[in-house]
Amino acid sequence: MASVSVIEAGRPALGRRSRLRSLRGSLQGSEYAWAIAFCIPYVAVFLAFVVFPVLYGLWLGHKPSLYVELVHDPIYQETLVNTILYLVIGVNVKMFFALLLSGFFMRKGWWVKGLLMVYVLPWAVPALPTFISIHWMLNTQWGLVNNALWDVFHVDGPGWLDTSRWLALGSVIISYIWKNMPFWTVILLAGRMAIPTELYEAAEVDGATGIKRFMHVSLPLLANLYLVCTLLSTIFTLGDFNTDYFISGGGPALSTHVLATLGIRDAFELARPELGVAAVLSALPLMIPLVVTLMHKLRTSEVQL
Amino acid sequence: MSAVTAQVAPARRPNYKRRRVWREVAALAVAVVLIIWTLAPLYNMVEVSLSSHNDVFSSNIWPADPSAASYWIVLTEGYWYLEYFWHQYANSIYIGFWTVFLTLGIGSMVSYSIGRMRIRHGWLLTNAALMTYLVPASFLAIPFYRIMQSYGLGNNVWSIIAVEVTFATPYAIFIFQQYGRSIPFELDEAARIDGASPIQVYFRIYLPLMAPALVAVGTYALLLAWNEYLYQFLLLSNKRSMTVPVALAQFLNSDESPWNYMMATAVVYAIPPVIIYYLFRGKMTAGLTMGGVKG
Repeated sequence: MASVSVIEAGRPALGRRSRLRSLRGSLQGSEYAWAIAFCIPYVAVFLAFVVFPVLYGLWLGHKPSLYVELVHDPIYQETLVNTILYLVIGVNVKMFFALLLSGFFMRKGWWVKGLLMVYVLPWAVPALPTFISIHWMLNTQWGLVNNALWDVFHVDGPGWLDTSRWLALGSVIISYIWKNMPFWTVILLAGRMAIPTELYEAAEVDGATGIKRFMHVSLPLLANLYLVCTLLSTIFTLGDFNTDYFISGGGPALSTHVLATLGIRDAFELARPELGVAAVLSALPLMIPLVVTLMHKLRTSEVQL
Repeated sequence: MSAVTAQVAPARRPNYKRRRVWREVAALAVAVVLIIWTLAPLYNMVEVSLSSHNDVFSSNIWPADPSAASYWIVLTEGYWYLEYFWHQYANSIYIGFWTVFLTLGIGSMVSYSIGRMRIRHGWLLTNAALMTYLVPASFLAIPFYRIMQSYGLGNNVWSIIAVEVTFATPYAIFIFQQYGRSIPFELDEAARIDGASPIQVYFRIYLPLMAPALVAVGTYALLLAWNEYLYQFLLLSNKRSMTVPVALAQFLNSDESPWNYMMATAVVYAIPPVIIYYLFRGKMTAGLTMGGVKG
């Protein structure tokens, strides 16, 4: 682009031209047309499949009476509690163990590398097959978990998914952790590997090893990455439909829905799309601050490895 | 470091050695727990798929008489739920292919325009993409469903391709822009001075140099499409336009679920992405920070 501006510098500056330039940037004529043409496909996709659905969704859920109805609905109230528990416990426990395990995978040796290959499997395998498998594992009568409990301890396992709300929600959260922990472990591992070894060596000379080294070297350097990952993971988890839908299916007695699944249930099982949209939109007070913070953090690319 | 330790405290060496052994044992214990935790659901999947119908409904943790009969049933479409299995598999592949192709095409074009040609107000597009990346896909499902009907794309695999491309391109744009910064501008300029048009620079310089990022994003887009369920479930209801996950979930809702066939189907569906993942694992770590297959 510099070559263009060098040529241009030799020309007399015209008022009209400079106004055009301020509109077009440093691009000229056919170049400008190309630059626009290259953007058109994305702009079209964005308008047709993001802007239009968002506006349409906001319009569907604009009536205040919908929110009054939701607030008085006991299922919605339970759903709200479930969503918060799912986010707070699921995301934080997962991230905490991911942080610890990323330290474990920094160990040297061929078997640790092999273990890492096995460990990332839950992330590599598509979500649906594994969730259906876990659903069947938790079957009270014939599932693998209760069979194993009987074989090892000779106790009858509980009905994981169909007796108690808390057992079912716990199962959903554990399945979620199983599926998503490997991914974040790999990210944090990449973050740890980016820390220069000189820092560790210097810390060791100063006498910091083990937990001290973790607290004073690894943790401060990983803190920002850890925070961004937690926020990003929170927002993905908020929109997570598959885990809850396939593990507990919202049961027993609709007591373990989360907002993402309740919205779909209201819209398609009750045939009330407005109510479904309202349920989803009620997550906006949480979503907006998350999106704003993350946009700032990601745009400034502080997390680049 | 060992030299330093030896000079300062030679007497404490045996203690260190014992501690190291203890640490190895602890690490092995962690490894065993991790393996059981990771493999249990996958083991269950394979175990059930190898069982006969009676074995599924028993308290065995390994089938009494393992056989691959269920796989044969799946591969030959030998059960009424599976009558369009290969058709549905082809649909999944078709969606995956077009999602990858369009995501890479649209994403690289707009990134080239913003990052290399430096179009004015390009940051607006970057922000729009970033925002789309942060909006959970499942939250747009309800309006999307209505809109697809009005676009006349109900029960059409192209509606799914549109969805997957919509939610994969933002990630593509982000990665391409990050990666594009490592390609020197002098290359573009040299080509321009030699008289190359923007489109020539795009095809001859930009795309070849972006190859690693293209592989990473392509893998991401494919896994996204392969993992996605909600939209495929809502938008495809016809048995012939359906994809494998939707058919699989239909199984789940029937009363007398043939679990061994389901699990065999699940294994067959899960194998291609796992292979692709392991093939391109190294490339994918490049753009991992923003990654994460959205649910």
